[in-house]
Amino acid sequence: MSSLLEIRNLSKSFGSVHALSGVDFEVRAGEVMALVGDNGAGKSTLVKCIAGTHSPDGGEVLFEGSPVHISSPKDAAKLGIEVVYQDLALCDNLDVVQNMYLGREANRFQILNEATMEHHTSETLKSLAVTTIRSVRQTVATLSGGQRQSVAVARAVMWNSKLVILDEPTAALGVAQTEQVLELVRRLGQQGLGVILISHNLHDVFETADRITVLRLGRDVGVFERKSTTQQAVVEAITAGVPTKVAGIPA
Amino acid sequence: MSTADIVGKGSAPKLEEDELRGGIAGLWDRAWLNLRTGNLGPVPIIVGEIAVVIIFAFTATNFFTAVNFVNLITESAGTAMLAFGVVFVLLLGEIDLSIGYVAGIGALVVAELQLPGSGHQLNGILAMLIAVAACAGIGFIQGGIVAWVGVPSFVVTLGGFLIWQGVILNTLEQRGTIIIQDRWINYTDLYIFSPLGGWLIAIVFTALYPISVLYKWVVARGTQIAPQNWGLVAAKAIGIGGAAFGTVAIANHGKVINSPLGLPLAGVIVVFFFVVLTFLAKWTTFGRHVYAVGGNAEAARRAGINVPRIKILVFMISGATAGIGGVMFASQVNSVALTFPPGNLLLNAIASAVIGGVSLFGGRGEVRGALLGALLIGTLQNGLNTLNISNGWIYIVTGLVLLFAVTLDTFARRLQARSGR
Repeated sequence: MSSLLEIRNLSKSFGSVHALSGVDFEVRAGEVMALVGDNGAGKSTLVKCIAGTHSPDGGEVLFEGSPVHISSPKDAAKLGIEVVYQDLALCDNLDVVQNMYLGREANRFQILNEATMEHHTSETLKSLAVTTIRSVRQTVATLSGGQRQSVAVARAVMWNSKLVILDEPTAALGVAQTEQVLELVRRLGQQGLGVILISHNLHDVFETADRITVLRLGRDVGVFERKSTTQQAVVEAITAGVPTKVAGIPA
Repeated sequence: MSTADIVGKGSAPKLEEDELRGGIAGLWDRAWLNLRTGNLGPVPIIVGEIAVVIIFAFTATNFFTAVNFVNLITESAGTAMLAFGVVFVLLLGEIDLSIGYVAGIGALVVAELQLPGSGHQLNGILAMLIAVAACAGIGFIQGGIVAWVGVPSFVVTLGGFLIWQGVILNTLEQRGTIIIQDRWINYTDLYIFSPLGGWLIAIVFTALYPISVLYKWVVARGTQIAPQNWGLVAAKAIGIGGAAFGTVAIANHGKVINSPLGLPLAGVIVVFFFVVLTFLAKWTTFGRHVYAVGGNAEAARRAGINVPRIKILVFMISGATAGIGGVMFASQVNSVALTFPPGNLLLNAIASAVIGGVSLFGGRGEVRGALLGALLIGTLQNGLNTLNISNGWIYIVTGLVLLFAVTLDTFARRLQARSGR
């Protein structure tokens, strides 16, 4: 399998804090790559660099084999990279349709085409088997946690995206809803998308991921094949992993 | 996910949207559902307006006349223009305290540019365009400081409030009152349409809503979108048409000495901007982005919306509408004097938007709220004036109405939250 996204030697500092130093990372098309690590390990920073929210201080990003500069969320969207943040980034005062099309409304001469948007929203939700939302015209404020998560994931998938990043998608969900979202994550991988799954929950990770990258203190300390590793090994890497290479010098 | 977690918990009223009947019966069902769930829309303020009119009609001798009705329109027009801008600023969750004196700058610029013998006398229409553009420019600067530098809008526009007040004081203390003689400028508030012209305008305005509904229906054909409730559409169309034709009928009925009155241009200008700005807010990507930024600025930014651009454009709208309002106030008295802006212009404009249901915290409200709010405040102040009540009492009553309106809205929101709307 060729790599969809490849990151080499990425660094990012906030003042004197080195959030990321010399991180390598790879996702292939059609795989679910879990990104795990303790609080402050740099997971969110890495994702924000990929999504264009932060611009990295140094390093290289390759998408589908060619080097790219992602300097804004729009750049990321153009490449086919979509992020579902932990806080879901939904506008509570807008309805489901308006949220699904947020920032890229269907329009002709800046005039909104509501019919098209409503139609495609209903179809997308149906294709993802999200059936509990009563009306796509109800505001997001009235939805349950699981429904909001579904809307956010559906929004990410609707745009013919190639890489979907899910930041703790199950953190706020109950058991049944978690199972449904994990099922959705697996389905995304099977459809040929690259998926980055950020999670604290190793149970979730071992149920869905194909490979697991572990970050510790802003460095990558190991990539594991799910089938040939144990939770024990991953936990050890999270808590006591040592980088196998020196920052700034390619391995 | 089960449907159990979307249905309201406890004793909250359950939604029965799917069970609404069609036609006229459906209208009653919907009204009852909306009442129970606190989804009142503009109904309380319309009821309030009618109640105020009835009270004054029986207590004040000169209130319920066609002449006073036309006066009411020309008096409220400027406030309504400013309130339109306030709606957009509040939708962002920001505030613009400078609009009262920005309106003054608009009036000052237009008065200066039309001055005969000044060496820079311009055509009145050109002078008005420049004045409004200057006010939009002020909005650009203030909005830029808010959006790019990140200074809170309260502080930036408080600074603007003092600065533009100072500019007006400096200029007019030296110059005294500037008289406006230009015909076009004085027309903006005082021109009266012929009876026929009034009727034609009423027809055009009444047609807009059915046309917009028809457009939506044509576009939605062939998709699986829920059809409109035609009973509701008909009721709204009749209400809008009734208001438009009623206004023209009363205005045409009036007579001052022997010259007949009619629909004032000021009212038409306000309605024109009401339509344009409603279109901007509800039908364009820009309007959608304003609501999104007001609802969750971080989400909007992550969705690729250029948040600073939206903020600056909104402050420019606020400046421009203040400029238009300022020109109308100057036109009303054919001059600009040190007493400008009249009364509590800034606070009346903000109160109009808030009484009209626009949230101070962003993301919720409609342009029509400003129109209805300005009309209610205008009617109250006009009515109390005809009763010869002192200014102090007028402020007190306006304040009480504002408090009452916002309290009612808060209760309605609580009811909506409980019913899961």
